[in-house]
Amino acid sequence: MSIKVQNLTKEFDGRRVLDNISFSVEQGEVLSIVGFSGSGKSTILKILCGLLTPDSGIIDIEDGDVAMVFQYSALFDSLNVFDNISFALQERKEFRNKYTKEQLKEIVAKSLETVGLEGIEDKYPHELSGGMQKRVSLARAIVTKPQYILYDEPTAGLDPVASTVIEDYILHLRDETKATSIVVTHQMSTITRCSDRVIMLYDGHIVFRGTPKDLLKQDNPYTKQFVSASIEGPMKIAASGF
Amino acid sequence: MAKMHTYIQHTITYKVALIVVQHVREFFETFGDIAYRFYQVIKYILTFQINVRQLIEQSSRFAVDSLPITLSIVAMTSIILAMQIAPEMVKQGGKDYIGLLVALTMVREVGVIMSGFAIISMIGSSQASELATMRVTEQIDAMEVLKVSPFKYLFLPRVLAGFIMMPFVVIISSALGILAGGFTSMAAAKDVTWLCYITSVWQGLYIRDINIMLLKSACFGGCISLVSSSCGYDAKGGAKGVGIATTKAVVWSFVAIVIIDCIFAVAFYF
Repeated sequence: MSIKVQNLTKEFDGRRVLDNISFSVEQGEVLSIVGFSGSGKSTILKILCGLLTPDSGIIDIEDGDVAMVFQYSALFDSLNVFDNISFALQERKEFRNKYTKEQLKEIVAKSLETVGLEGIEDKYPHELSGGMQKRVSLARAIVTKPQYILYDEPTAGLDPVASTVIEDYILHLRDETKATSIVVTHQMSTITRCSDRVIMLYDGHIVFRGTPKDLLKQDNPYTKQFVSASIEGPMKIAASGF
Repeated sequence: MAKMHTYIQHTITYKVALIVVQHVREFFETFGDIAYRFYQVIKYILTFQINVRQLIEQSSRFAVDSLPITLSIVAMTSIILAMQIAPEMVKQGGKDYIGLLVALTMVREVGVIMSGFAIISMIGSSQASELATMRVTEQIDAMEVLKVSPFKYLFLPRVLAGFIMMPFVVIISSALGILAGGFTSMAAAKDVTWLCYITSVWQGLYIRDINIMLLKSACFGGCISLVSSSCGYDAKGGAKGVGIATTKAVVWSFVAIVIIDCIFAVAFYF
């Protein structure tokens, strides 16, 4: 259950966001994709889960369900937490009529328990805090037992404690489901705590590959600038599309 | 040659032509998108993949929520119409035709088109902004990642609800319009009696007119939902994108129902 991406290219309005990107993620591994805003990190995730079509390149994903946790949770605001989490089980052809209402309740309760939330099935997304929305979004993603989980900035906009909680759940899900995960982030704590490997994007290219420890070393001018959050360095804000 | 090309590019004619071409292209793109989504909806209907819970919810929204505004608009239009024609008709000796005129106007045209306009402003705009908000907040993306077709879950119940419920709305509003026209005629012209008005209504109204009205209103309902949902689905950006999509939905729906109305007029009354 690995993901292999070869020579991935994508352009938007003549601007090449991804230029011959190649990488792979092994089963049960967590790969973090880091880089400035607008460097094409989320574009990779959207291509992997089928929301965008690449201009060229090969994406090799072994058979399995791909789930995605969106940056702003993307919970269906007209549905309560129960319906949000059980949405795929109620609406997808292969799951429809497979579970009784009682079974659905059990599955939803178990998913909520996995992310540390219980008894909020009747609440609507607007009644939840940002951190709780993210966790419900996680619960919705894992309810179909996906083999691949894509996280789009899962800790963005959260306070440090809430971020730690989400990071713990990412690790917990990796250990429990053995899912192959890709985390798009630019939060250092998420990178260092969750990732097995890291790649860094700039101007459509991969400028760094390595472990989180390698990222913290000062031997690559790109990672050095990224880690120190410096304006001075090889990466120019304009080129990143920010 | 290059100088000539640069010169042409700076002329007003070239710029106007460019804008026209862009608008024509956008028109055909939108039209193509709507046609494709209509095909998807038909495909799901024919394969009986209908979400009954969503259909009931959307039907309730379409008919119940829109009824007060639709009834008000159609009744007011009828009152204005009767107020102006009743005294004139009595003066010209045509008091026996007031009911006929009001009823035909209501059933053939005003009841349907005014209900359509009311539904566009009430339901169409709401559907467009709802889907546009879902689009810009990535809810539709989430739906696609969860492998649930937005055409099946969002479009189908709305279009079907519009197709089924609009005739009911139009029947009720037209009936109210005819009644309101009667009361107004009696108030505006002393010689007009209730019996005279109602007899006149039945003189000129045929079942064929009612059947055409029902078919036309069903087409209006389905079309309003399809166009509005489609414009909302294509929204881009943030709040501004939602606003643009809603405006586009209202404009396109107005144009679409007038075109459908025209087609019906040519097909059945020309």
